Amino acid sequence: MFSESAIKELDEIRARYPTSRAALLPALYVAQRESGWLSPDAMEYVAQVLNMPKAVVRGVASFYAMYKCRPMGRHLIQLCTNVSCMILGAERLVDFLKNKYGLEEGGTTSDGMFSLVIMECIGGCDVAPSMLVDSDYYGNLSEERIVEILERYK
Amino acid sequence: MEKVLLKNIENPNSHEINEYEKIGGYRSIRKALEMQPKKIIEEVKKSGLKGRGGAGFPTGMKWAFASADPKFPKYLLCNADEGEPGTFKDRPILEKNPHLLIEGMVISGYALGAQYGYIYLRGEYPDAKDILNRAIKQAYNKNYLGDNILGRGIKFHLVVHQGAGAYICGEETALIESLEGKRGQPRIKPPFPVNVGAWAMPTIVNNVETLSNIPFIIEVGSDAYSKIGSPECPGPKIYCISGHVERPGVYELPMGTRLRDLIYTHAGGIKGGRKLKAVIPGGISTPVLPPDAIDCAMDFVAMSKAGSMLGSGAVIVMDESVCMVKVCYRALKFFEHESCGKCTPCRDGTGWLRKILGRIEQGEGVDGDIELLLDVSNNILGKTFCPLGDGAASVVISMVKHFRSEFEEHIKNAKCKIQN
Repeated sequence: MFSESAIKELDEIRARYPTSRAALLPALYVAQRESGWLSPDAMEYVAQVLNMPKAVVRGVASFYAMYKCRPMGRHLIQLCTNVSCMILGAERLVDFLKNKYGLEEGGTTSDGMFSLVIMECIGGCDVAPSMLVDSDYYGNLSEERIVEILERYK
Repeated sequence: MEKVLLKNIENPNSHEINEYEKIGGYRSIRKALEMQPKKIIEEVKKSGLKGRGGAGFPTGMKWAFASADPKFPKYLLCNADEGEPGTFKDRPILEKNPHLLIEGMVISGYALGAQYGYIYLRGEYPDAKDILNRAIKQAYNKNYLGDNILGRGIKFHLVVHQGAGAYICGEETALIESLEGKRGQPRIKPPFPVNVGAWAMPTIVNNVETLSNIPFIIEVGSDAYSKIGSPECPGPKIYCISGHVERPGVYELPMGTRLRDLIYTHAGGIKGGRKLKAVIPGGISTPVLPPDAIDCAMDFVAMSKAGSMLGSGAVIVMDESVCMVKVCYRALKFFEHESCGKCTPCRDGTGWLRKILGRIEQGEGVDGDIELLLDVSNNILGKTFCPLGDGAASVVISMVKHFRSEFEEHIKNAKCKIQN
């Protein structure tokens, strides 16, 4: 299910905590990185490795916004629309993504390239509006700048 | 004021251990290890340092409670979850000055008798995770971390634990639950984490900025430290400011800097010379202030007297183009989304408030909606497990208090006269 390096990483993670359950959040990150999302099989595998019930793993995974319990596009756009970003035009950018790319909140483009998640603050308020594409930060966004940034990921 | 927390961060290599050592970094560890743990706690108490995460509890007192508990092991947790919208104050420390935090944690761990520390880092800071892990590795290599720190027989190990996108995990008991691999839901208090915390052991949870003050307190001593800032709330403070100002960003200033000075002197005033309409002074869970309230000191005591809270020191500035009903609606959308669901007043109340605000904002408000907003808010306030519900309710109450006419106009005219 997991690559050899991921299995080794899980062992290392478990050693950092006094209980194996505490390794659950980092283990879910490893699982998500392996296949791009947390499939039922991936969650079952994590449950086996950490010796805990599947339902508990699913219950934890579904609580946190950064675990994706359904398949995502190749690149994940996480756009903030909270107050600092909203007052500087983030909502117009959501409309723009919808109109130009057919990208709805929580949806994926028809070519599977991008998914969009609306975020509750990503700590980029000084350069609002801001977004994360995968793990890359971008601020001072405008419609033109979004087009230019997304081109780099195609 | 000479920078303490953001010192040297303009240096592009400030995150490297050699650069940190060059400016005197890791000297405080040596000094601290010469001191008895009790003496360190005493110094922190005397310094008057208050926790920088938002609640403003005296750090030394918190440490004394955990230290007095005979249970072992003890844990030191760094709260690096800063998920409060408007807040990005810890980010420069995490990304540009990580060794200051590590040094602060080693000293704190020694003082408390904790041998294991965890940095609970917000998931949305992937760069900080890599930088911290690299810095921790460097500190192990130089023997500032490990089983025998600087050959003194002191043990302290440090791990970065990445959160996964839940605002509530900034609350200390929810953070502990999350660290233990559970849903991040707050625990009822008491017992307090200082006695029954992570894995049921005595646990100190301190904010990044709080722990980053420790090396300086040890270096200069509590007397010199307490001369910075205001008498009731000493020390330097990182303020972050965003919204309609000319120079949004992070500013390290003495605690108690006036809100007006922060906006007009440091951040360059309102963008485009427009008129100030409202200020959220400490992240969106703190009550909004009108323009005539900005002549107050930004510390825990003065902000409370001014009718708001210092919170995380995250200032959001809004000019006259902003619709306050819309801001209130967006804030409640956030609280509804981030409510952990454990207690009914918060789980149902935030959703109810969001719905009422949504219809007012859409021009579908009805007579009595404002009273209903206040009634629901008052039924949340003080009745929830943790402060998330209080934050939501006090935002609504303050918005109605200062901008009631805007809510009334929305209902009366069925539209917003500010934004079309």
